[in-house]
Amino acid sequence: MNQIRPVILELRGIGKSFGPVRAVDAVVLRLQGGQVHALVGENGAGKSTLSKIMAGMLAPDGGQMMLDAKPYAPSNRNEAEQSGIRIVTQEFNLISTLTVAENIFFNDLPRSCGVIRYSTLNEKASRLLQQIGLDFIHPTSRAGDLPVGSQQLVEIASGLSRQCRLLILDEPTASLTDKETELLFSQIKALCRQGAAVVYISHRMEEIRRIADVVTILRDGRVVCTDTMDSLTTGEIVNRMVGRDWSDEYRRTTPETGPVALRVEHLSVGKKVRDISFVAHRGEILGFAGLMGAGRTEAMRAIFGADPIDSGRIYLHGSQRPSRIASPKDAVRHGIALLTENRKEEGLLLIKSIRSNCTLASMEKFSTAGYVRSAREKKHVGGLADRLRLRCWNTEQAAWELSGGNQQKLVVAKWLSTECDILIFDEPTRGIDVGAKFELYHLLSDLARRQKAILVVSSDLKELMLLCDRIAVMSAGRLVEVFDRKPFDEAAINRAAFREYVHPVHSQEHERNA
Amino acid sequence: MKRFSWKLPVWLTDYLGMAGALAILLAVFGFTAENFFSRSTFLIIADQVPDITILAVGMTFVLIIAGIDLSVGSVMGLSGTVVGALLVNAGQPVWLAVMAGVVVGFGCGLLNGLVTVRWSLPSFIVTLGMMEIARGAALRVTQSRTIYIPGYLDFITETRLLGISLPFLLAVGIVLLAQLVLSRTVFGRYMVAVGTNEEAVRLSGINPRPIKLVVFALSGLLAGLASIIQTARYQANPNNGQGVELQVIAAVVIGGTSLMGGRGSVISTFFGVLIISVLETGLAQANAQESTKRLITGAVIVAAVILDYYRQRIRHGKAG
Repeated sequence: MNQIRPVILELRGIGKSFGPVRAVDAVVLRLQGGQVHALVGENGAGKSTLSKIMAGMLAPDGGQMMLDAKPYAPSNRNEAEQSGIRIVTQEFNLISTLTVAENIFFNDLPRSCGVIRYSTLNEKASRLLQQIGLDFIHPTSRAGDLPVGSQQLVEIASGLSRQCRLLILDEPTASLTDKETELLFSQIKALCRQGAAVVYISHRMEEIRRIADVVTILRDGRVVCTDTMDSLTTGEIVNRMVGRDWSDEYRRTTPETGPVALRVEHLSVGKKVRDISFVAHRGEILGFAGLMGAGRTEAMRAIFGADPIDSGRIYLHGSQRPSRIASPKDAVRHGIALLTENRKEEGLLLIKSIRSNCTLASMEKFSTAGYVRSAREKKHVGGLADRLRLRCWNTEQAAWELSGGNQQKLVVAKWLSTECDILIFDEPTRGIDVGAKFELYHLLSDLARRQKAILVVSSDLKELMLLCDRIAVMSAGRLVEVFDRKPFDEAAINRAAFREYVHPVHSQEHERNA
Repeated sequence: MKRFSWKLPVWLTDYLGMAGALAILLAVFGFTAENFFSRSTFLIIADQVPDITILAVGMTFVLIIAGIDLSVGSVMGLSGTVVGALLVNAGQPVWLAVMAGVVVGFGCGLLNGLVTVRWSLPSFIVTLGMMEIARGAALRVTQSRTIYIPGYLDFITETRLLGISLPFLLAVGIVLLAQLVLSRTVFGRYMVAVGTNEEAVRLSGINPRPIKLVVFALSGLLAGLASIIQTARYQANPNNGQGVELQVIAAVVIGGTSLMGGRGSVISTFFGVLIISVLETGLAQANAQESTKRLITGAVIVAAVILDYYRQRIRHGKAG
């Protein structure tokens, strides 16, 4: 056993529900000073919820937390910080227009009579940055001008500037270079030597293996096990993260797949999407699985022309000549539809009627020489609303009045109005209740039966296994494997999703394989 | 809360509200100002209304796409000086001068649109720049003097159909046409959509840029058209239309068009123009001082916007 270390924060049976979903359930955790404690698990396993509870950003609805053996119940982030518990998330909290020094000491600016003493401030900041090896960052640079990795480091530095008992890092290396990661690790170690505890959340097994002393594996909001890092192999950790069994309640019968609808070759978009190739057929539902940030959304947006691509070709409807898709307009003309993950921000005109939302992408069908044929439009929208069982009083209702599931149906209706052949759904069931989910599954199956090609991106693997004929797995920007339904091997898919994070393949090797 | 069992169509209640406000205003001045209900009062109002109305139609479209056009007053002034210079200094025929005035307005609007769209700049600042540029150009064209136009354009002010002046008929015609475009055409639908959520429009496969460009160009074109009426009445004064943009925006907003974009009506804008004009003329007839006029006009603008806030809440059912 390790030497006895003081327990800084103890979680006793912490729980938290969001609606019907139990995000965190009866979690017991003991965070000891001088230790790096890794939290691992799939998307939605409860890691982020748990860390937000510890940092005072969410209130638990069960259990108790003890800080230095005294009850601890912060009501907001500020209170948690005053108790010495800080969190650094993927979203930055830096104020980009202020200098590095101003950001680091934002809550505690040295001043006399309300006037900031800049010499003292910059000196203090400079000393701190030097102490932790960030002397290449100048205290008077504007935070927003720094590269993303340096911003992350400054954020962590500002965590260190204050009395810090527990530092929570949620995916801190997502945007760091290798060199910056090394700097981060030395900071973490320095912090531990001072007796603080560190919670480290990451998908990257290599890093966890290097930095963590203890690991807690979460699955479906519960603790699977807590163990020392040395006693578990990486394979064991991955298996315990993903190993769950459940039975299909609804199984899609894979139909005869039709001709090729879409062929993507060597598509690359910055660092997010790296050289992916795949084929989608008419009548088929092709799923895209992967961890957050694996590049699935970026790939779909690129195919739809919403973001510019760096390289790659897209062939449509079995053609041998690549199609040029430089804008969503081109994509729509070629019969492609994208249902974005943020339907409220990017899919709908919330304050406008169901009718005008429904025909927005297909106005040319409901007009003659630019003049809207209202009767034809109303008839079409009414018919489609009936077919999709859109629950509304009438089609003049504003889109925001609809429930999440019905809003999603309205977006589907918009695209069906264009008579597109390829529909790309990005997280179609996010924020939709269970009943509406199954209705949407049936709708997607029905569309496939009508010989549409359906692409579905989802972070819920259960959902993809239920719905899809094939599942393509993306990992760190690459398409690592495509699985057939025979049936799907959930553990294998999950392992594939982690593959590029566990053993990064060099790009040359990959190109040879592809 | 209890609800009335009868319900009028939304557009009708909107217009009835505006018409009611106008009627109340007329009644108030009928009682307070001497001889308010006279032929001369209405002639004054009918003279004031057309150019403001034409500018306000363009402004309504610009506000609907979530933009703003601060240059309309100056562009109107510039177009007028071009008309005057061509007629008087260069001795060109009337039709050519009128055409040139309209084209200059259109060009200024097009430039506003190109700069705004190309670099995704806020139209507030782009049109603020154009406001200065057009005014400077107007002063340059006339060497800072007013060009007097001996009678060439009198046919515009003097032609009457059933006692109604040509400019007034033109303005009403433009209002009706613009309302038709807004509510019954694909272009109108796209304008509203762009003002509501530009990204959603783009991701629906519609390029929002040409739509915005056309709207700014149209606002300039209408400013050019308004300048002909202005010049016919007030000569080619390089300072014509100074500060008019704010009056126009006030009229459009009183008509319930949202500064946030995505919502507006040209008919309501016309009511807004009428309300502003009646207010101004009525206060003048009641011998109000300049200070009183301004205080009251300002209060009416703010009150109209507050009223609109509640109207929207009720319509969106957020009032509880």
